[in-house]
Amino acid sequence: MRENGYLSGSNLERVLRAGRFAVTGELGPPQSADGSVIREKAALLQGACDAVNITDNQTAIVRMSSIGAGTIVVQEGLEPVIQMTCRDRNRLAIQSDLLGAYALGMRNVLALSGDHQTFGNHPAAKNVHDIDSVQLVQVIADMRDKGVFQCGEAFKGQEPRFFVGAAAAPFAHPLDFRPYRLAKKVNAGANFIQTQLIYDIEAFKGYMEKVRKLGLHEKVYILAGVGPLKSPAMARYMRDNVPGMLIPDAIMERMSAAGAPWAGKEELSKEDKKARSQAWREEGIKITIELIQQLRAIEGVAGVHIMAIEWEEAVRPIVEGAGLLPRPVLEPAA
Amino acid sequence: MIVAEAKPLDEIKRLVADAEKILVVGCGTCVTVCFAGGAREAAVTASMLRMAGRLEGIERQVTDVTVQRQCDWEYVDPIADQVAAVDLVLSLGCGVGVQALVERFPDAWVVPGLNTKFMGVTLEQGVWAERCAGCGDCLLGLTGGICPIARCSKQLLNGPCGGSIDGHCEISAETPCAWQLIYDRLAGKGKLDALLEVQPPKDWRPARHGGPRQIVRDDLRLNEAEVGQPAEQEA
Repeated sequence: MRENGYLSGSNLERVLRAGRFAVTGELGPPQSADGSVIREKAALLQGACDAVNITDNQTAIVRMSSIGAGTIVVQEGLEPVIQMTCRDRNRLAIQSDLLGAYALGMRNVLALSGDHQTFGNHPAAKNVHDIDSVQLVQVIADMRDKGVFQCGEAFKGQEPRFFVGAAAAPFAHPLDFRPYRLAKKVNAGANFIQTQLIYDIEAFKGYMEKVRKLGLHEKVYILAGVGPLKSPAMARYMRDNVPGMLIPDAIMERMSAAGAPWAGKEELSKEDKKARSQAWREEGIKITIELIQQLRAIEGVAGVHIMAIEWEEAVRPIVEGAGLLPRPVLEPAA
Repeated sequence: MIVAEAKPLDEIKRLVADAEKILVVGCGTCVTVCFAGGAREAAVTASMLRMAGRLEGIERQVTDVTVQRQCDWEYVDPIADQVAAVDLVLSLGCGVGVQALVERFPDAWVVPGLNTKFMGVTLEQGVWAERCAGCGDCLLGLTGGICPIARCSKQLLNGPCGGSIDGHCEISAETPCAWQLIYDRLAGKGKLDALLEVQPPKDWRPARHGGPRQIVRDDLRLNEAEVGQPAEQEA
């Protein structure tokens, strides 16, 4: 640890260390080389989040690199969390990219194994998986705390000092092992955790109880994942197709009910469809706000990670609705 | 065993297009057991090529022979005359067999009739599954005898990832999650503690990543007098 007591001095770390309920968002880079898309999205998230995740070829679809997009985000005065997957890079590329990211002003990294390439737009690609996400956490933490590369060689100059994040999927299988896999990530050196989307509060309470029994909530900051639903169809798709995605019937019914005024109509006009979509989205935001309030009451939940995929406009109203504005402005770390 | 399957007939026809005299060489070991390249398949392939030739108005001489093991000189050498008498050899061995014929008979033109798939088991008649990736540094002792290198889609050493659901991998309902299998196996044996340790990054050098592999056992090598000729194997 540095003299100022911070591991990285990132805004996210300072907010969490100050005991404030943290809010992170997500910014998906475009499938193009157009940097203005990043600037527009950054403007929507500015002031609404303590840091924003920049996804790394999410769902294995080629997009602008997380570090490239993250550089623009830094220029815009917003703090990025660089997502780094093990799918596309071996240990050499991972470490060299991290050195570059640090030099460009990035201070948070989220270590992920990465969605399998068969889901993306290059299903014939070779995957790498030289190291896995738990090992990646250890590599980034060792760079900072031991000043060494993965091979054990010491840095000859400035070491990258990242606030190290990892993901948790509380409801994937085998269920009983999930808190222990989280423990592995904590033991490997994770400083913060962002979970998969949580809709089932009761199930998540059960998970957190096990996490607390292991004492993990005292060693790592856990940010619960939330995300606004856009439509009943999206909710059904996620519930039925995404591993470990629990969406209770009550939420499914609320989404359907939001569209009830337009149900049973023979043919919907363009305006009708727009109004129905608007009603669904408003309900989605309302549900998210309520989920945040419930999550905040769970012991060991240090913040929320809001994943509004390709819907960055939703983040500010959600944060505001949850009573989490304005975001704390802390003195920069010395 | 090495599991292989026949290439599509159209591809084989393209590979042998210019040849008038063809020798189909089957292999009596792995590919016989997985019904891809044994004596029966060699005879059937030869007859299909004869028929296909006739339909195209080409009178081809296609014969077949099956050796016990296409990857051993001792079994390959006896067919030297048959190989010398044809324009083209269609090997129904695995990729090792094809290359063994090329190395032993440098004057011959040898093409593959199979796609070599993996090292695996016969789950039931007609169903084979991958079990070993030949990574060169076996870790089955850590994982209860279930290999995450061969059987996890991401080759995780600290699995399972968040894509494990109902016992299968997120990539398909037909792909069992290796880490669920490992978890169940270790749970059943009261050895779950083994999974709590963070497994360090793997040394992939013993796998294919350190370059082509070769094993030299000096305790088994014959001296020159015993061999009676220089060793054939290239360094």
